[in-house]
Amino acid sequence: MNRQRLTPARLGPSDVLRTGAAGLRTRPARVVLSALGIAIGIATMIAVLGISSSSREQLLRQLDRLGTNLLTVAPGQTMFGEEAKLPVEALGMVRRIGPVRTASATGTVDTTIRRTDRIPKAVTGGIAVQAATADLLTTLEGRVVKGAWLNAATEARPAVVLGAKAAQRLGITRIGVQVWMGERWFTVVGVLGPMPLAPEIERSALVGFPAAEKYLGFDGHPTTIYERSAEESVEAVRAVLPRTVNPENPEEVTVSRPSDALAARAAAASAFTNLLLGLGAVALLVGGVGVANTMVISVLERRKEIGLRRSLGATRGQVRLQFLAESLLLSALGGIAGAVLGGLATAGYALSRGWPPVVPAWAFAGAVGATLVIGTLAGLYPAMRAARLSPTVALATT
Amino acid sequence: MSIPQPEQPYVVELREVTKDYGGGVRALRGVDLLVEPGELVAIAGPSGSGKSTLLHLIGTLDRPTTGTVRIAGHDVAGLSDRELSALRARHLGFVFQQFHLAPGVSALDNVADGLLYTGTPLRARRERAAAALERVGLGHRLGHRPNQLSGGEQQRVAVARAVAGDPPLLLADEPTGNLDSAAGAEVLGVLRDLHAAGTTIAVITHDPDIAEWCPRQVRVRDGRVVADAGAGAGRRPPGANPKLPDAETAGAAKGAPR
Repeated sequence: MNRQRLTPARLGPSDVLRTGAAGLRTRPARVVLSALGIAIGIATMIAVLGISSSSREQLLRQLDRLGTNLLTVAPGQTMFGEEAKLPVEALGMVRRIGPVRTASATGTVDTTIRRTDRIPKAVTGGIAVQAATADLLTTLEGRVVKGAWLNAATEARPAVVLGAKAAQRLGITRIGVQVWMGERWFTVVGVLGPMPLAPEIERSALVGFPAAEKYLGFDGHPTTIYERSAEESVEAVRAVLPRTVNPENPEEVTVSRPSDALAARAAAASAFTNLLLGLGAVALLVGGVGVANTMVISVLERRKEIGLRRSLGATRGQVRLQFLAESLLLSALGGIAGAVLGGLATAGYALSRGWPPVVPAWAFAGAVGATLVIGTLAGLYPAMRAARLSPTVALATT
Repeated sequence: MSIPQPEQPYVVELREVTKDYGGGVRALRGVDLLVEPGELVAIAGPSGSGKSTLLHLIGTLDRPTTGTVRIAGHDVAGLSDRELSALRARHLGFVFQQFHLAPGVSALDNVADGLLYTGTPLRARRERAAAALERVGLGHRLGHRPNQLSGGEQQRVAVARAVAGDPPLLLADEPTGNLDSAAGAEVLGVLRDLHAAGTTIAVITHDPDIAEWCPRQVRVRDGRVVADAGAGAGRRPPGANPKLPDAETAGAAKGAPR
């Protein structure tokens, strides 16, 4: 018969994009505003992820630099809940463990450090006075910013080296100053730099073991032993440390790895990150609602155009596709703008903190995915409405 | 585009067509209408007469309640929505009273978009659009946007869009309804030239002058055809029209009346 088959022509991808973009081109202000919602959401999420991974990257680099092979040994508590003490010979025992490269000790001295004898005893500024072995600086890989570390001569003399924070709290900016410790004057011979793995040293005033015993009534019991071994034997060393340090009461010894605290900090940041990420997700959701709203209005306003396109031969599916493409383009615009903004925010913040700016690739991939999902969800209902519109009703709209 | 159909000589074939809308409104009460290729037909009647419903049925934008509608040989009743869309894309061109041009889009692209659903590639669409605009005397206005064109020019762009794909049937719904008489004359001149070149045209109008001007008039009233010169009468050239001062002198002048 004469009924040759009537098959609607397929629209190529470029034509679908063109029709989708056509609706956006004529309303630029609205496009910018509704894409802005998506952009803010995406930017928030990218920036949150970027800043937290930049900070983590910074911590990990710091860990790399500081090494994770440092262990500290401290007295725990006795069975009766009293403060335990490490034996005087503990440091020597630790040094005898095979893989141990260096070991040093500090011992808390029961006294205070003050600028002068006129300052009341109670005002300690939170600064601990500690005796330190001469190789402490080597073990901690710390460095002196002013003056010098204790040597064989000064460790037996009334000389003191201040940690960075201790010096700051005492208001000491140069060496040679006299400070009041115990019942006599000590001379400041050095100031230390920051010690990320041993923050307690930053808040300490350090004197040599012989000097502490001679002038300050120190009993010679170490309170912290710092030990570095080869990286691969850290766990083995850790296992034997309590028994080595205190063979009689190994349970009264606590061993810790200061780098674990830094690593924990890298992990702990994520709780806060999740909260901010949730905020970003809410912003994104609101942005999606904005896009859906824009699309619904767009369909209402463009009934005539829909009618015209149907009269030109567009199928329902092609009308649906057009509005879906428009919604996807709209949210993709927002997504791209948001990714750029988020990347810039991360870079700006990280550089201002001196961190390496890092945005994980999966964050960008996630942003693209979220944008596509939001664009589809936001466009689906308006597109169905557009497609369901009867052509005669659409054309009759004035 | 048009395929030879020896056993089906009619472009439009309506038999005993009725159309009811909800609420007991009967818009058409048994209409028979046959249009042969190459005719220029006016479907005329006052508002409420059912001529718009007739346009929707001929344009396959709507289906009859009872009766048969065949367009270019295809029985509308047997076609799905997708097939009807394809039919409109290939066999029908529409011109509306309100032009329906996309704002902010050049005349060329407005016309080219009319071919979007025929499956023509973009480059070919633009070439054919340029040719169609040439045909309606707007070859010099390809890059102009609708707001840079006069009303008559806008409607000629709409006509170009409708005929760019060489459809067997052009439906014009009150094509001069929004235009002053001079601009209306421009548009009618274009329709006359298209008719002379062989296009089948149905003009839906309430304006008796325009109806008079067409060689065949189908008068509709209260949902019925009350007068019709019969199929084939519309093949003659259109008559003189008061709105078209140069109608008698104009042969196939392609240039736009100024």
